[in-house]
Amino acid sequence: MIRQLLDLYWIRPALAPVSCRQTRLTPRGSNLKLNVCKPLACVLTLLTGISFSHAQPPVDSDSRAIQTKVVKIYGAGGMKQLEAYQSGFLVSPEGHVATVWSYVLDVEPIVVLDDGRRFEAKIIGIQPALELAVLKIDASDLPYLEVPKNLTASWGDPVLAVSNLFGIAAGDEPASVMQGMIAGISNLDARRGTFKTAYNGRVLLLDLIANNPGAAGGAVVDATGQLVGMLGKELRDSGTGVWLNYALPIDALRVAIGDVIAGRTTTVPKESNPILKRDQSHNLTTLGMVLVPNVLESTPAFVDAVMKDSPASKAGLQEDDLILLLDGQRIADQQVLTDLLRRVDRRDAISITVQRGSEILPLRLRP
Amino acid sequence: MTAKYWFPIAARRSLLALWLLAVLPSGLVSVSAAEPTGVEPDPIVQAAETRRIEAINRAMPSAVSVFIPGGGGGGSGVLISPEGYALTNFHVTSPAGTFMRCGLSDGRVYDAVLVGLDPVGDLAMIKLLGRDDFPYAELADSRKARAGDWCMVIGNPFLLATNLQPTVTWGILSGVGRYQYPAGTLLEYADCLQTDASVNPGNSGGPIYNDEGKLLGVVGRCSFEKRGRVNVGVGYAISINQAKNFLGYLRSGRVVDHATLGATVSTDPDGGVVVSNILESSDAYRRGMRYNSEILEIDGRPVSTANEVQNIMGTLPADWRVNVAFREDGKTVRAPVRLMSVHRQDELIEKMGSALPPPPPVPDEPPKDDPKDDKAPADIPEGKAPNGDLPGQETAAKSKKKRSIPEAASKLIEERRGFANYHFNRLEQQRFLTQLLKPFGDEKSQFNRWQLSGKTATGEDCTLLVRDDEFAMEVGQFVFEATNKNELFEAIDRNLIAGVLPALDAWRTMLRVGPKSFGETYYKGTIPLAGERPLRDCTVGIYGEMEVRWLMHPETGVLECIEVMADSDTDPAELWVTWNGDQVSSLELRYGTEPVLQLSVQQWNRGGAAE
Repeated sequence: MIRQLLDLYWIRPALAPVSCRQTRLTPRGSNLKLNVCKPLACVLTLLTGISFSHAQPPVDSDSRAIQTKVVKIYGAGGMKQLEAYQSGFLVSPEGHVATVWSYVLDVEPIVVLDDGRRFEAKIIGIQPALELAVLKIDASDLPYLEVPKNLTASWGDPVLAVSNLFGIAAGDEPASVMQGMIAGISNLDARRGTFKTAYNGRVLLLDLIANNPGAAGGAVVDATGQLVGMLGKELRDSGTGVWLNYALPIDALRVAIGDVIAGRTTTVPKESNPILKRDQSHNLTTLGMVLVPNVLESTPAFVDAVMKDSPASKAGLQEDDLILLLDGQRIADQQVLTDLLRRVDRRDAISITVQRGSEILPLRLRP
Repeated sequence: MTAKYWFPIAARRSLLALWLLAVLPSGLVSVSAAEPTGVEPDPIVQAAETRRIEAINRAMPSAVSVFIPGGGGGGSGVLISPEGYALTNFHVTSPAGTFMRCGLSDGRVYDAVLVGLDPVGDLAMIKLLGRDDFPYAELADSRKARAGDWCMVIGNPFLLATNLQPTVTWGILSGVGRYQYPAGTLLEYADCLQTDASVNPGNSGGPIYNDEGKLLGVVGRCSFEKRGRVNVGVGYAISINQAKNFLGYLRSGRVVDHATLGATVSTDPDGGVVVSNILESSDAYRRGMRYNSEILEIDGRPVSTANEVQNIMGTLPADWRVNVAFREDGKTVRAPVRLMSVHRQDELIEKMGSALPPPPPVPDEPPKDDPKDDKAPADIPEGKAPNGDLPGQETAAKSKKKRSIPEAASKLIEERRGFANYHFNRLEQQRFLTQLLKPFGDEKSQFNRWQLSGKTATGEDCTLLVRDDEFAMEVGQFVFEATNKNELFEAIDRNLIAGVLPALDAWRTMLRVGPKSFGETYYKGTIPLAGERPLRDCTVGIYGEMEVRWLMHPETGVLECIEVMADSDTDPAELWVTWNGDQVSSLELRYGTEPVLQLSVQQWNRGGAAE
């Protein structure tokens, strides 16, 4: 009976997301038709790198102010229910964007601001254990959300979640605003294995259905418009099938975000280090690992095999580990890894961060 | 614990203000937890709560729970007039056909019949029967709605309202001016509202109100994706401003279509929205729009992106004429532009039949029964549904067994191809004729032969004569005589001043024979007059090979303009009528935006004799 009732209500499957691929392959400003080809409408605005004033008069309300600080992020994905978009928010006037570290960032992402301006962004900091990434776009004087020192919010507090869930907004269309409250603050790690996430600290549990496709990276603010958290990736209880609505509390992210903004840390590969001679530098063989075949333009650094008694095996590296960081530098793909190893003296130990399943592990490989 | 307990959701625009309210009482928390009854609520909170309750009480009576007889399903709706006219979704009425039953929060169930359908905009109009004092919603201006505004959805989710008490869900607008793609060309949600108030299956067609209880729109759609068909915090509503554009069309009992400009546009990387392709047969082209023209404004709304153009066009009915401003060759042109329809009429009816899982409400074959007969004319053709796997259909099909429609309702149902319910068009045609006759009276003989004389703007004498098979005019040196309508067609096609004759004669003929004998005649709905509001009542009649449109003022019923279209590629002749009381004081003929003949009427002989 219920199934039957549900079917009374007409719905359609979600639309193909505006994938990064589409966005990037289409030349800027090419004359795309609209009336005949309505689905292109969103792409069209994405393509324009121009700022337009919105037709509607500005609204003097809190939600509008937050919307201007939330950005749309487009990257990899676009198949098998992996949306090629997510959300983020500006954390500095110079264009630092906080967002979640996800497959969407497997390519250099595109950031579209509330005013419709479109930027190619650089991933300048990732913190896999926090599922956090900080992007940088080349802009200034942007409205941004201050990252507060402490989490002042507690459960029962009303909040707004602002994100581009379902990719509803495109171009200069404002992000979606939802309201609700913090239902609880709790550790996720107590339920490890239930939720597949690398993050195992405290989370803000929300009583609003915030964590939808594309919402990850959205801003959660309190009654005064102060940032209290960042919407996390979609998590589903593997036992009950229930989707979790949560945000990463801002105090957990603050140091990581602050360090990147201040320039104290970055995961951008340091290409200033000199390239050493082949027989002096590290390489995959000296460390004792074999990666999966490098067949893609950008093949992730997945470990295919580990040599016995090698530095890699002593450190506990395993098959199927994904290498994310090398000495704090982001390993975007195998090319980056081999290049960076050329810059490390083979007598030196190296630190890597790997992802094993949903765990993030630091490993130290000693020669 | 108890910030929760105290959390107020108030009728306030500013979330900030509201939240401060929410935070304030947290000091009371422990007290209230211990002694919930002994605490005086914060007066601000109480006032906010009172306002909210008032808004709900104001809104609730106009919410309709729609049930399809025989357990075929249902949805929601909202009353918009005391006579019982109500809005719902096309996809709600679609499985019902022409008859349904509707519950109101007063606990009563009313019979309802289908009035009009807008499959592209997913709107339907129905009429509840049995009262002339139905509670109805006050319409808001949805253009003023903003993200962050409080709102509520009232309806019949999961068809829970078996006790006829609708469900209220409260939330905010998450976004305005949203666009949700059509399925093919139907069910397009343009310039729509997005809300986080719970919207579930069964809420379809129901109202979304603002925090004052005024109607903001009609809920009809959600984003669900992988989470199953329940609310995930994203519901969409057709804006009430879009619905306002279509109210007249829907009242006509027709299946109505949406508009297209006849041009495609793209957002220019250097800013602005430009024409990327344009049909030479379009009215936009005739008004001077060309490839690369920059479009500045449509129907009074500035546009700067292709998305905005699509958002506005999606809310406009076919064949409307709206003001468009564009820049072409350095010059800014502002002109009323006639919009085209997205579909051909047959195409729309066909698509309507195949677009949705439930079968279409209008069977393809002409009505077999006498419409007055009270046999069920609305039977759903069995096994016609394309997707047999939907459990909803089983019951719909089972319920097919001769369900009888009460006579009071079946009297108001008349099926005809191209119409949702021809009965309502017939009513409007009668109203049209009454209004058209009003200045003249009922004496038919005065419509046998019309002879007008007067002076043009340049002072030349002018006489016009129309009667069956004789059409003549003389203005200064210009003499025109015709004996058949093909010649009149020619005159319009060539934009001659003789285009005044077919307009005048169509007027005369309609007065003489009425809509039944005039040729195919139907009430179209309400449209702007040369781009201007208020919307005028428009009735269409086929006159020879020409299509005639009478445009009348919505309140006074006064005839203001007669348009005669010859070829769709050329400007129609427009005869503008100026009245002095019941007398026509002047006539003006226009093609496009140019007046070609102005005539102050001195004498109007309405011949008594047929000869």
